[in-house]
Amino acid sequence: MSAHTAIDTPRGRGKDAPAVVIESVAKHFGEVQALRGFSAKIHYGRLTGLVGPDGAGKTTLMRIMTGLLVPDGGSVTLAGFDVVKDNDAIHIVSGYMPQRFGLYEDLSVMENMRLYAQLRGMDADQHTNIFESLLDFTRLGPFTKRLAGKLSGGMKQKLGLACALMAKPEVLLLDEPSVGVDPVSRQDLWRMVQELTDDGMAVVWSTAYLDEAERCESVLLLNEGKLEFDGPPQELTDRLKERSFRLTGVSDERRAVLSRALNLGTVGDGVIQGDSVRVVLREDAGREEVDALADEVGAKLEPVQARFEDAFIDLLGGGPGGTSALAERMDEVKLDSDIAVSCLNLTKRFGDFTATDNVSFEVQRGEIFGLLGPNGAGKSTTFKMLCGLLKPTEGEAHVVGLDLRRATGAAKSQLGYMAQKFSLYGLLTVKQNLEFSAGVYGLEGAIKRERIDEMIETFDLKQYLTTSPDALPLGFRQRLALACALMHRPPVMFLDEPTSGVDPITRREFWTHINGLARKGVTVMVTTHFMDEAEYCDRVALMYRAKLIALDTPDALKRASRSDKHPDPTMEDAFIHLVESADMEDQARADAKAAA
Amino acid sequence: MNSEITDIRAGETSWEQASREQAGHKFDWRRLIALVRKESLQAMRDPSTILIAFVLPVVLLFLFAYAVSLDVREVRIGVVLESDSASAQSLAAAFAGTRYLKVTPARDRREIADQVVSGKLRGFVVIPQDFERRLASPVPQPLVQVITDGSQPNTANFVASYAQGVVQNWGAGRSGGAPTAAIELEPRFWFNAELESRRSLVPGAIAIVMTIIGTMLTALVVAREWERGTMEAVLSTPASVVEILIGKLMPYFVLGMIATLGSAALAIFVFDVPLRGSLLALLLLSAVFLIPALGQGLLISAVTKNQFLASQIALFSGFLPSFLLSGFLFEIDAMPTWIQAITYLIPARYFVSSLQTVFLAGDVWAVFWPNLAAMAAIGVFFFIIAKRKTRKNLED
Repeated sequence: MSAHTAIDTPRGRGKDAPAVVIESVAKHFGEVQALRGFSAKIHYGRLTGLVGPDGAGKTTLMRIMTGLLVPDGGSVTLAGFDVVKDNDAIHIVSGYMPQRFGLYEDLSVMENMRLYAQLRGMDADQHTNIFESLLDFTRLGPFTKRLAGKLSGGMKQKLGLACALMAKPEVLLLDEPSVGVDPVSRQDLWRMVQELTDDGMAVVWSTAYLDEAERCESVLLLNEGKLEFDGPPQELTDRLKERSFRLTGVSDERRAVLSRALNLGTVGDGVIQGDSVRVVLREDAGREEVDALADEVGAKLEPVQARFEDAFIDLLGGGPGGTSALAERMDEVKLDSDIAVSCLNLTKRFGDFTATDNVSFEVQRGEIFGLLGPNGAGKSTTFKMLCGLLKPTEGEAHVVGLDLRRATGAAKSQLGYMAQKFSLYGLLTVKQNLEFSAGVYGLEGAIKRERIDEMIETFDLKQYLTTSPDALPLGFRQRLALACALMHRPPVMFLDEPTSGVDPITRREFWTHINGLARKGVTVMVTTHFMDEAEYCDRVALMYRAKLIALDTPDALKRASRSDKHPDPTMEDAFIHLVESADMEDQARADAKAAA
Repeated sequence: MNSEITDIRAGETSWEQASREQAGHKFDWRRLIALVRKESLQAMRDPSTILIAFVLPVVLLFLFAYAVSLDVREVRIGVVLESDSASAQSLAAAFAGTRYLKVTPARDRREIADQVVSGKLRGFVVIPQDFERRLASPVPQPLVQVITDGSQPNTANFVASYAQGVVQNWGAGRSGGAPTAAIELEPRFWFNAELESRRSLVPGAIAIVMTIIGTMLTALVVAREWERGTMEAVLSTPASVVEILIGKLMPYFVLGMIATLGSAALAIFVFDVPLRGSLLALLLLSAVFLIPALGQGLLISAVTKNQFLASQIALFSGFLPSFLLSGFLFEIDAMPTWIQAITYLIPARYFVSSLQTVFLAGDVWAVFWPNLAAMAAIGVFFFIIAKRKTRKNLED
């Protein structure tokens, strides 16, 4: 397109030249090796996914490509310009949307757009048509006067995109654009990016969600600063052909089946998917063992399409085994009632804003109960009321039969809480963290020592006792957080986004423990924004705009959203479907009101 | 939808080339104006900016004008009258009659001693039984005994010398003319001391206000951009470091000048501080003082990218030194030599002395020129380091 020819001509570059050339790029911050020297190419007219767990080096590479960091070794050129030597040119030909979108929250939508337009040398008054088409493109037209801080996550993301698109960059770099954005807005963003690449722009999309990789035309898969894979995602999943299976008809026994399957030598990875268990065989392994297991438990074994995440785990040599040493040591939880957690007409208002609106549900003993919803839907508020951190405005909540309003202290001693990002004390050692948690939950003397020793042994923490949790490998940090939350053997666990920012292998280990605990009768309440993790739950409550809009098993939710367009819907499809129908209902009600 | 995208992508090539050409310039007025506009909008919409720039100065000025006074008034002391003679009673009356002391009368020193111990009284004066005899004695003898609370040395000194003053004054009144002893009185206690201290404190307070706006506010707003991730976005545009820095400083320079004018108006019209010099000189001094103040704020924010840390460093390196070492509250001449040497590095030192001169003495350019030069020099020094420390990337 003309956008290219304008800049191509002086540089004398062919149309097929790559947009970005990465040549054995390396970068370290102090002791930490963020990028370990790899080469790759990114092409025009394509959506390239920069995929990997947190700490893989995605943001570092992004910042090097935008000329905001200088590589220690190797070189990177973008649109023919060296990111170090031609730094000024990089800022002209590239558009960059940093994490959190880089918007001025106290400026309006229009003021943000004008600022970035002017910074990129555009005269806002002369080019109203560009503004109009961008507003149209992002559907932000009706909100030009609204302050950016008052926009929803999805709208912020679109505004960030509009700002990055000012003055037509040739290469568009989006750093984790889908974090904090609900699936519906995410869908919109895919559509917009698709149109941009169709038009010849090179778009780089970095993400920690592996399911997003499948939507990219090409993928750079990073792990611990190394490039694990470079190519179309299909190519990677093809390697797993005829190695992914689903065991169906194991509904009641699925956690036990998963645990057994993961302990088989031929199985590299496995997860729970609603009512069934999904397993991935190791390379060159036969299916005999799995067949035998299926026969034994009376399950049906059917081959399924491999997913990108399967391939990633396979690439890293498979996930952990299926036995949770932690759960093995726990005693079976016995409760007086079968209801472990319940709430009735739970409502929380902050001023005239209602964060949770009349929510009621009951959770059975030993159930894994998921609370899902877009950011700001009220799931954190509900969660905090259920574990006694917030006082409800109306309604009541009970944990193991204790009223949280009256017996807050007693109820709290019955639950274990693991906050986002693990909330460990970085200034204390691992041992001191364990001792502190034990003390906080009122353990003393011999029992205290016994439990601490037990946790150290179960989680293999001995080598790290005098280390700060901040210096631990991610997997061990997660183990320590679990140990701290479980020291007092609570019958109910609350996990607030326990796996955000955690790599898939560590997540597998985490779910092995959680599954094991559930089998011992521990009730687990969990919030998550990984849609495929909702599959581990027995039941899922979906919150949207402070209301509970759906509550059912993952399979039932998926079934309900089945359509011609999505004959085999994923959890994410189901989510989008439910949120959209909630919107339509609201609309219909508003219309009816207007008509009356 | 596709046609709209084509609009964005295709555009007019001529415009595109023009904008690219322009974007390539190192310094561009339009980008600077866009940044200044953005910063001004933010400052106007942020309630904390308004608070720091307009409410805080008023509070500070009122505080220094009324609450903080270096003069001692209404000090509570006891007067123990052990003699019944007429002259002894007239001396006791003289003590009771002054507005700087609040007298608790007593007959026995034991009644009073406890109150000094408990801190209710700051000291007491004993008019002894043989007062008449001492007074009549041809050899000058001490007339009264003064006992003070030494745990508060300043007040103790004040009580001692003031009591002496009262006695001498009383004596002078009695003999009708010359004082009985040749002790010079400290004029400060006598000549409208209250107003004197306010007159030198209020101009000094303007320097504190300017330090807060210049250093603290600047350091905070730059750190905020780092914290919120907007700095990363702006750095990825063609805007240059100089544009970004000037764009940050201009609005706060203007804000600082407005706050100066406001504080000066308050000083002149509300606190009755005379402006004996010219307004022009005042503005020139303030403008030049803002160079080191803003430069320091910028340097702090270049070193730390975190609002909490920035405010702490601004407090310790900006606010406290200009409070303690500028000669605003504490006289520099009375400081140990090595601390006196340090004060030469504090820009507020030059500003405070200039302000006091322009308000209380007039346009004494012989005082202003060296001060202006010193402030400008320190400012330029800060700016050079800040510019060196701020790179157009995220490297530390």
